[in-house]
Amino acid sequence: MCGIVGLFLKDPSLEPHLGAMLTDMLITMTDRGPDSAGIAIYGRPHKGHAKLTVQSATPDKDFETLAADLGKAIAATVKGVVKDTHMVLDVPSDRLDAARHAMRELRPNAKVMSAGEGIEIYKEVGLPRDVAARFDIAQMSGTHGIGHTRMATESAVTTMGAHPFSTGPDQCLVHNGSLSNHNSVRRTLKRAGMTFETENDTEVAAAFISHKLDTGSELGEAMEATLTDLDGFFTFVVGTKNGFGVVRDPIACKPAVMAETDQYVAFGSEYRALVNLPGILDARVWEPEPATVYFWER
Amino acid sequence: MQTFDLAAHGLRALNSTLHALRGSTNETAWEIINPKGSHAIAVGVDAPIDITVRGSTGYYCAGMNKHATIRVKGSAGPGVAENMMSGTVIIDGDASQYAGATGRGGLLVIKGNASSRCGISMKGINIVVHGNIGHMSAFMAQSGNLVVLGDAGDALGDSLYEAGMFVRGKVKSLGTDCIEKEMRPEHLALLANLLKQGEADHLAKPADFKRYGSARKLYTFNIDNASSY
Repeated sequence: MCGIVGLFLKDPSLEPHLGAMLTDMLITMTDRGPDSAGIAIYGRPHKGHAKLTVQSATPDKDFETLAADLGKAIAATVKGVVKDTHMVLDVPSDRLDAARHAMRELRPNAKVMSAGEGIEIYKEVGLPRDVAARFDIAQMSGTHGIGHTRMATESAVTTMGAHPFSTGPDQCLVHNGSLSNHNSVRRTLKRAGMTFETENDTEVAAAFISHKLDTGSELGEAMEATLTDLDGFFTFVVGTKNGFGVVRDPIACKPAVMAETDQYVAFGSEYRALVNLPGILDARVWEPEPATVYFWER
Repeated sequence: MQTFDLAAHGLRALNSTLHALRGSTNETAWEIINPKGSHAIAVGVDAPIDITVRGSTGYYCAGMNKHATIRVKGSAGPGVAENMMSGTVIIDGDASQYAGATGRGGLLVIKGNASSRCGISMKGINIVVHGNIGHMSAFMAQSGNLVVLGDAGDALGDSLYEAGMFVRGKVKSLGTDCIEKEMRPEHLALLANLLKQGEADHLAKPADFKRYGSARKLYTFNIDNASSY
């Protein structure tokens, strides 16, 4: 199973409510996956600023002096906000790579959840309601976001095995399904220089798309390539700084429903996830076709 | 008219109320409000009653239906009318995958599109789809009829037994052992009746359809292949 929700806002007046809307949608999908939950929220970028979201199993110890330590290491002003096991570090955008690199030395036990100008990813083991509450997701604003609740099949129930997976700047991917050729695709991507944090199949799909985007593909092309190169069952929802995409494998046994109004594009594993959205009764609601790429960019 | 608010009273209360209506009852007209995509709405009904669901439903709506007429004033999630025995189920909107799967009897009408695996393993049900159907529809279908006013996706009728299929639009591809067949007068008469029952006789004429069925080369025992078994 697994449950996916996604929301791409067209109407800026809804942006303050993005976190609350996504949280409500994800909680509705709880019975599709009890193991872990995660949400990626894309906030409006601030010129010259980037965000590094990190996670630690021992946040008290790792986060207390992290902003200052990181600032010293990259010779820049770094501010940080701690949310439970996660910390969002605000760094100059031209120092984002340096900050990411410095983290490995400074806090080897901490994990980078996401890096980019808009994205923040929060994920932990547990039910959507509890995970969303720990990070106060309902208070967050943003332009688009993706949520996932996991029923684990291909790798262990851990924080790092939770979705969304982020394998490139401002990129993330969530998955319902399972891939059967992820080991061989991972080997190919490793040879091409991609690095992996887990043994998870979905991380391979995320890295596959990141690698395509790195090597010049547009989002639509990168998603199209999953249909030929990835074998298995999948409904993917992908986020980038400006975009939001959906693709299902040709067999399309993993459910998906989409809705579009003048105010938003929404995705749910089931229609239940969409029923509280504004104007849903008048929305265009449809099931995305198999082997067909859908994406929206602003 | 009995009105049941699903949001207020929940699924268990709904289905046990409907299951209590066995045989003849005076409470023959039911309306279910606030379905909100919930699963298993009006599953296992076994009475000649009329149920209208005011909104869209989740998985398995009207599954195993016997005798009842169930109308969904919205779209239906996966497995609508799965294993229906008799009665009628009418979906005003679209139906998700495996609509009418394994249905033993009765009539399923989908006024929008049905997605993949519509009528998979059907065993006597009649299905009328006003729009299109997705891939692998009528896979291993055994008996009954599937009528499609629009187009059919890939691998229609793969590994088919003796179900009949009538498609007005394009068929993207036929599945293994499924072939186009001659439309004889008795088929036109059957189709005319199905279109009427499926509230589609004002939308299409029997002569506009093509008939598909089993080539009977896959499921019948062939002595020449004995060494392969």
